[in-house]
Amino acid sequence: MKKVYLYKGYERFWHWSQSVLVFILIVTGFEIHSSYSLIGFENAVRIHNITAWTFLVLTVFTIFWDFTTDEWKQYIPTSKNLKAQISFYLSGIFKNAPHPAGKTISSKLNPLQRLVYLGIKVFVFPVMFLTGFLYYFFHYPVQGIELSSLEVIAVLHTRGAFAVVAFIIVHLYLITTGRTVTSNLKAMVTGWEEIEEHETKHIEEEIMAETKTLIRNAGEKSGRRKLRKAKEAVAEIV
Amino acid sequence: MKKLVIFFLAIFLPLFVITLLADQEEEEEADQKKQEIKLVNYIRKANRNTREIVDHSKFEVLKGHFENAHKVTEACLGCHTERHIEIMESPHWKWERNEVIEGKGVITLGKKNTLNNFCIGISGSEATCTRCHIGYGWKDKSFDFNEPTNIDCLVCHDQTGTYEKEKGAAGYPKENVNLNYVAKNVGSPGRENCGVCHFWGGGGNNVKHGDLEKAMIDCSREIDVHMATEGEDMSCIECHRTENHNITGKLYALSSENKNRVTCEQCHTEKPHGDDILDDHICRVACQTCHIPYYAKANATKMIWDWSTAGKLDGDGHPKHENDADGNHKYMSIKGTFIWDDHVVPEYYWFNGLADHQLIDEKIESIPVQMNSLDGKYMDKGLCRKTSTPSKIWPVKVHRGKQIWDPVNKTLVQPKLWDKEEGQGTYWNDFDWGLAAEKGMDYLELPYSGEYDFVETEMYWPLNHQVAPKEQSLKCNDCHTRHNGRLESLGDFYLPGRDHKAGVEIFGIFLIAASIIGVMIHTVCRIISGKKCKLNNYTKN
Ligand code: HEM
Repeated sequence: MKKVYLYKGYERFWHWSQSVLVFILIVTGFEIHSSYSLIGFENAVRIHNITAWTFLVLTVFTIFWDFTTDEWKQYIPTSKNLKAQISFYLSGIFKNAPHPAGKTISSKLNPLQRLVYLGIKVFVFPVMFLTGFLYYFFHYPVQGIELSSLEVIAVLHTRGAFAVVAFIIVHLYLITTGRTVTSNLKAMVTGWEEIEEHETKHIEEEIMAETKTLIRNAGEKSGRRKLRKAKEAVAEIV
Repeated sequence: MKKLVIFFLAIFLPLFVITLLADQEEEEEADQKKQEIKLVNYIRKANRNTREIVDHSKFEVLKGHFENAHKVTEACLGCHTERHIEIMESPHWKWERNEVIEGKGVITLGKKNTLNNFCIGISGSEATCTRCHIGYGWKDKSFDFNEPTNIDCLVCHDQTGTYEKEKGAAGYPKENVNLNYVAKNVGSPGRENCGVCHFWGGGGNNVKHGDLEKAMIDCSREIDVHMATEGEDMSCIECHRTENHNITGKLYALSSENKNRVTCEQCHTEKPHGDDILDDHICRVACQTCHIPYYAKANATKMIWDWSTAGKLDGDGHPKHENDADGNHKYMSIKGTFIWDDHVVPEYYWFNGLADHQLIDEKIESIPVQMNSLDGKYMDKGLCRKTSTPSKIWPVKVHRGKQIWDPVNKTLVQPKLWDKEEGQGTYWNDFDWGLAAEKGMDYLELPYSGEYDFVETEMYWPLNHQVAPKEQSLKCNDCHTRHNGRLESLGDFYLPGRDHKAGVEIFGIFLIAASIIGVMIHTVCRIISGKKCKLNNYTKN
């Protein structure tokens, strides 16, 4: 077994803050929806709105980060191994079959994850933001612009909310289908993931390639730090 | 892990602090505004009480003996020249005003000619009804509205509390009123002056409005935050500001245009809460809706008046009079059956400031007859529509009744109700509906088929008074709740927390159930496949 540094600091920060924020949005959102009564309607509205703003800031930040670090490429959908991944979840997993798509640093997500996460990033959350902000700003006449009814907005927002809840249920479960029941969770907490020997070969190659470019840029401070990181990573593997 | 926490704090702490600070600033601003309003009110009150006003008791003209009430008016007008012109233009004098009703054009509306579902109307019974008129002698159509000395200055300006009009005397004062004493002690109208008519309208305390009654002459904050004696202690004209006898404010029982109104905003501004979400509500929800959670908080108000049961006499052939357990009239032979209520929850309607009225010569098109109806709906959002401001949700007292109508001509009927003597065909003396109807309609020169029946009616009274202390105003989930909310019956719009679409709920529940079941099946399969499943091996290691 080898350890690979898979999830960077910001990535983990973003992931966990997002999970906290979305959790708060769900709990307060469904209280606003009158599905239950927990903290009171007024508190629910206040917290939902503050959290929504915070979530927006985080999301804008993360999109920026995705592009500056090229991480957005993680979400490019691919059909390669897609069927294999589906059949792994449907049968392979019960027969001790290996994960069809090995994790690498430049490809952390399996083809199913790529599809679903991309869908959430470019479709579900934007719809939630759009409807949420329309909900917030345009429910009353504002200088001649107004929605004829909140209903359309509210229906979309609520459907989206249900979809997010369903996603989270499945997502939480799939966490347990890593190498061990807890390995995915540990990886997202610490950044380090254990990978089997035969899978590490292309990761080594990847790191080496990256290291070389880093050495070229080593004059810069950040280059040096990254180099040290990369060296540590390689050390773990080798 | 530590880094994560630092990251988290670095980004979210400032955000949190900023939002908290912004909120606090808003609140402080609102607090300051509130202090300013209190200060303004305090200064006005001080001015009122300390201002050096003329001492009427020193005027020669007021010292002599007044033969009759007209002479007092003459004396008033001797100094206060031209005031009668202002008075004679006012609805308080004319008991009518010209108002545009949509689809009907300019209509002359007022107590003079418009029917309600309380005592129905004044025509033919003027002498008793005009006890609340600011004049002397309006006993029938012959009353001279252009005679200045017919004006009753004293009923509004008396400061002694001894001035009182006689029953059935067309507005003249009681014999025992000392006109000299009253004339020497006049001043700006207080709540007793306004209250003598506006609290007692409909023939008893709080019969009509539900939010205006005698308890408000001296009340606590619980009853009315503005008028509370141990508090703001505001008189009527503090809000109903008056210049040249033109009193602001009016009632939609008898008017229909969106003008000359008194608003909360004139003191409290449009952003009084220090909270954006609450302030936003002002756009579509009247202040009154949340801040008048109940009306008739001290004494009960009349909710239902059924004229059709009137006329049952006791064994000796005399009119009966029964009270309910709370001491309110339950049955009167002359008027029928009543239902009263206190601490009433208002009904809620969209209202854009325009109202319609069932005129006496108009065909009745639907039952219950809408004596007056408040215009407005959710989609009436102001801006280029009927009014410049959107319809708002208003709390309303709805008074329901059953009263005489002409089922052949399909019009309301004005019965002649009162006369000093029996045998004139008035209902209150002779108990004959047919005759009373004939007399009344004849007096108005309106057609009457000779047949009468009783028809259900509804009348809408938007509430404005008895504003509760803020701790008692409505909370979010008085309306934003799925069941039994205050706005349950106002169904023409989507209200968060109240409304949901069955389709969306089913979609959501299906989605969540499918996810949970899928996960459970998968888990079971993993457990069953046991050793073959690598995952399970690993957990055992
Ligand atoms: C995962 C994210 C979110 C979930 C699960 C969620 C969930 C919900 C739900 C269930 C409701 C009740 C809808 C109804 O019954 O009509 C609601 C209301 C609302 N949501 Fe969201 N929401 C999310 C994100 C957002 C975002 C990003 C915004 C942006 C501002 C937002 C703004 C609102 C607003 C304004 C309301 C109406 C009540 C209020 O004024 O607070 N939501 N949300």
